[in-house]
This record gives sequence, C-alpha cells and structure tokens, in this order.
Amino acid sequence: MSSKKGFRILDNLVMADTAFEATGKDLNELFEHAGLAVESIMAESVKKVITKDVSLEKDTVENLLYAFLSELVYLKDAEQLLFSDIKASASKNSGWALHAHLRGETIHPKMKLGTDVKAITLHQYEVKKGKDGWKATVVVDV
Amino acid sequence: MNPELLKKFEKVSDVVWELPKTFKHGMRVPARIYGNASIMKDMDDTVVEQITNVACLPGIQKHALCMADGHSGYGFPIGGVAAFDPEDGIISPGGIGFDINCGMRLVKTNLTVDQVRPKIKTLVDMLFKMVPSGVGAQGFVKLTNKQMKDVMVSGARWCVENGYGTQEDLERTEENGMLKHADPSKVTQKALGRGINQLGTLGSGNHYLEIQTIRNGEIFDEKIAKKFGLEEGQVCVMVHCGSRGFGHQVGTDYLTTFTPAMKQYGITVKDAELACAPFRSKEGQDYFKAMACAANLAFANRQVILHQVREAFRHVFKDAELEQVYDVAHNVAKLETYAGKELLVHRKGATRCFGPGNKALPKIYRDTGQPVIVGGSMETGSYLLVGTKKAEQETFGSTMHGAGRTMSRTKAKHQVQGEQLLKDMERRGIYVRTSSFSGVAEEAGFAYKDVSEVAATMEQAGISKPVVALRPLGNVK
Repeated sequence: MSSKKGFRILDNLVMADTAFEATGKDLNELFEHAGLAVESIMAESVKKVITKDVSLEKDTVENLLYAFLSELVYLKDAEQLLFSDIKASASKNSGWALHAHLRGETIHPKMKLGTDVKAITLHQYEVKKGKDGWKATVVVDV
Repeated sequence: MNPELLKKFEKVSDVVWELPKTFKHGMRVPARIYGNASIMKDMDDTVVEQITNVACLPGIQKHALCMADGHSGYGFPIGGVAAFDPEDGIISPGGIGFDINCGMRLVKTNLTVDQVRPKIKTLVDMLFKMVPSGVGAQGFVKLTNKQMKDVMVSGARWCVENGYGTQEDLERTEENGMLKHADPSKVTQKALGRGINQLGTLGSGNHYLEIQTIRNGEIFDEKIAKKFGLEEGQVCVMVHCGSRGFGHQVGTDYLTTFTPAMKQYGITVKDAELACAPFRSKEGQDYFKAMACAANLAFANRQVILHQVREAFRHVFKDAELEQVYDVAHNVAKLETYAGKELLVHRKGATRCFGPGNKALPKIYRDTGQPVIVGGSMETGSYLLVGTKKAEQETFGSTMHGAGRTMSRTKAKHQVQGEQLLKDMERRGIYVRTSSFSGVAEEAGFAYKDVSEVAATMEQAGISKPVVALRPLGNVK
C-alpha cells in the first residue's frame, strides 16, 4: 500500500498538473482508490448523502480505468456531483466491465473545494499488476 | 536543465537555442527553445524531451518551437508551437491541450487607481459573486440544447446578439470571436452536458479575473500604448479562462478516438498524449470541427464574463466605461498562411503574435501589430506586448503566453498556506477572493518564472515587444 488511503499525490512527476499513484490488493480496490484520488483533488470532506451507479465496458483494463476516472470528472460538471465512497466491481469477460456504486453529495458553496480537474491525461499513464496487487500512475490536467 | 543536455544545443543567438535533427532518432526538423542563459539553466529537462518528440510528428515544418515561458506539460510542452503541412501532416489534441482556447481578455476602464483602490474590496467581492469560479461552477446564462449549439457555431457573436457585449468587443477578439468551421454534429452529447451550464464561469487552477493598474514608469512603448488607449494610473481588467468542461470533454473524447486511429494510419508517437490523426482524415477533420466548437464556447465564455464585469463595475462606479483592448487564444490549432503556404499551426500555451500590416488584425491595430496579452502570476503582474513581423517569419506568428511555472503545484502548496498568502498579499495592496485556499497556494508568485525576464527575452529575440506592465490590485479565482 502506498498510504492508508490507497493513493498518494506525487510531488515531482509533473510541473503544472497533478499526478497520483493508486494501489489496490485487487482490481476493485485499485478502481476505488484511483477514483478517490481524483475526488480528493477536487474537494475535502464530501458527505455521503446521494448515490450514483456507473457501468462501463472497455477492451482493456487501462482503458476501463481511464473511462471510469473520466466519468467522475464528467459527473462533477454535468451533474454537480462529488464522491467520497466508491464500491467497484471489475470483471473480465470478452473485454473488461466495471460496475461502481458511488456515494457523495452535490457541490455547494460551503464545501471545502480544491482544484477543478479538467481531464485525465495519458501522460505517463500506467496500470500494472505486480506481486502485491495493482498499481496505477495517473496525471490529471488541472 | 542538466548542463550536459544544454551542451547539445547549438546557439543560434543569445536567446535562441537549437537541437539538430541528429539529437533524437525520428526527428524530422530541428527543435528550438527561446530563453536567455538563466532561463535555459532553470528549464526542466522534460521540455527538451517533449519538444523533440513534437519534432518527430508527421508533416512538421521548419522547427518545433518552445517559447521562453516554456515548461513541461503532457504531449507538447507548455509554450510549444508547431506547424504542419495540412496535406500530409497531422492534428493532435496534445498540441492544443484539453482546455481548448484557454485565452486572455484585456479590458481598459475610464477609472484611475486612486478611484478604484478605496473601493477594491467592494468591487472584488461583487466580481466574486457575479463571475463564479472553482470546481463545478455554474453560470447565470441558461441555455437550451439548441442555444448551446448556436454558441458552438457563433461563439462570442451569439453573446453580442443576445445582449452580452458590443460589436466593438467582437472586432477586438481574435477571429472576431468565432471560428467558422465549427460543426456541433462532431461533438458528443457528453461534452454538451458538461458545458451547458458553465457559460460565464472562470474555472480554477491558474484561471483568474484580475483588476490591474499601469504604474508610473511602466509604459515601455509610449506611442503604441497611446494607440491602445492606455496610460499611467489607468485601471484595467484581465480575464484568463477557457472552454470549461465542454472543451475538456471534447479533448477527452478525441484523445480516445485518436489512440486507435493511429494504428489504422500507421502513425507511431513517442508519448501517448501526442495521439494524432492525419489532418485530412475523417478523424482529423472531425476533431478540427469539434475543436472549433470548443474554441467558440471559450470566446463566448469570456464575452459573458466581460458582460458581468461591466455590470459589477457599474454597481460600484456608476459612470464606469469598460472597453475591450483585445482577446486572444493560447491553446488552439489554426490554418494560417506563411510564405504563401497554408499551415496548421498548433499553439499550446503560446499566443498568436501578428506584426504590423497583417490583414487578420482589426483596423485599429493594423499599424501597431497585434496586442498580446500575457498573464503573469497573481502576485507579480502581467504584460501587454505587441507582435512583430519577425514573429511571422520565425515562430509562425507566435510568442509567450505567461510567466511559466518553475515549481510543481504540490511543492508550492507545501511551502505556503493559502490563507496566509492571501493575508500577505492584502498587506501588499492585492485583495484576493477565492473558492479554494489550496488552489491559491498552488498559484503563489514564487512558483513562476520572472515574467519580466521572459518578456525581455522574447523582445531580445525580436518576436514581441513589451508595451505596458499591468500590476494587480485585486483578483478573483
């Protein structure tokens, strides 16, 4: 584990954007931690008062994680939603499928907001399975 | 920069450094970086890696360029400029950025610093309320899907037609605030959904709305400043923002499309963020048309913000008059003609910089050259430059766009607390309102290069000339 939260912000990987490394003992945990890393850049102390379900299918696990993180960025703008709890279930069939159950709240002026995430980039993007589980390196455009 | 790496450059002049094609396998043209010795010494090595990756892209012309405010980004470096032959070259979202038509707008007022300073808090508080900023901010203009598509096609023109600005604003905006090849059918429903409620919002990160003044002794070209209608003690307003979630989604959608398309066209790139497609391919043309929609939304966004700025000023100063100086993009790709040949010029964190006589300029600036708006850090100040003919010959009519970062966001945040920084700035006469204290810490002045040195370097290179410096009085971010 890279930290108690399952992710850590990388100080020196990029100059003008924000990078993080997320880990998970399995793929589900990797998706949960990577998703929470993106949310943590945008806000702190988000309450769990609404729920949202997301289902995605992609050809590779890299593309599935990219699509999931991009979906979180989309939901922040399109539905004004930020999340602090993610339960993910990823599975491999002919391609890769994800179902994620998200809990969070609608953006409001009293929230402790961080920096707006514009997009998930493919710069130095990596998803790897190792001996101790999964690890992803992600740079987000802010 | 690693001294060994710096040694590999050939010095074209004191401020232009060139890496030959032999530097890296696959380079089709040499790469050039603008900078004096000190800027080059401090530039991060990744800039060299990224600009030489750009030099490998199909159809690139003459040089891959990085301006003096350059720093590492994703795909292209920030400050990157590259022109491609439209017939056998590519278009790449990584050469534009996710924030399509991120840009600057400068507005002059009929007010002086002595009038504004006593009311700066009231004014900034009013602007903070009327121009929403921060994560997920929504604007006051409510659009139907049909109206959103009209904005994609007409850009700032839509705003003026709907009461948010003047004809003169349009004349003083790059491309009159409207790229003509926009096609909303090339934009996903998702992009529309992300952006439909965001017209008139700043966003976060390095975006801002700033009240500025011209200090005594900081007019560098009296004649041109006079033609731009600028004088010492005058108050101006500078806006830095882009196409918001709409443009970010267009970038995301097409990055996903281009990655598999490259296989089909037999293109390989040295960085996944340089994903591209031949400009004349279906994918390339679709992106070009979708990008224009996003660029138009950004022009419209800054136009609506100007409307709100005018309203806010008139709440505080009944007789306030605000006249736009110029609006210019710094994240965009456009077809422009150089030496009789049409080229697709990518600018990523670089500003168009046309010289005197260029027919793309409005009549009032035809003799002076194009106003170039350069945003510095919120602590130190910004610049208004003017373009030169030499830029059209040497840099595809491009120059710097800002100061350029020298420190990562996370490092800056570790060095200063947002609340403390705001208190310090207020003591120095700069009043800031923000939707995020941590976001402010990331934008501290020490995280940026010295904008004056960068502007002086581009002047020494003959690319752009400083006209006035603009110092902050108040800032919304």
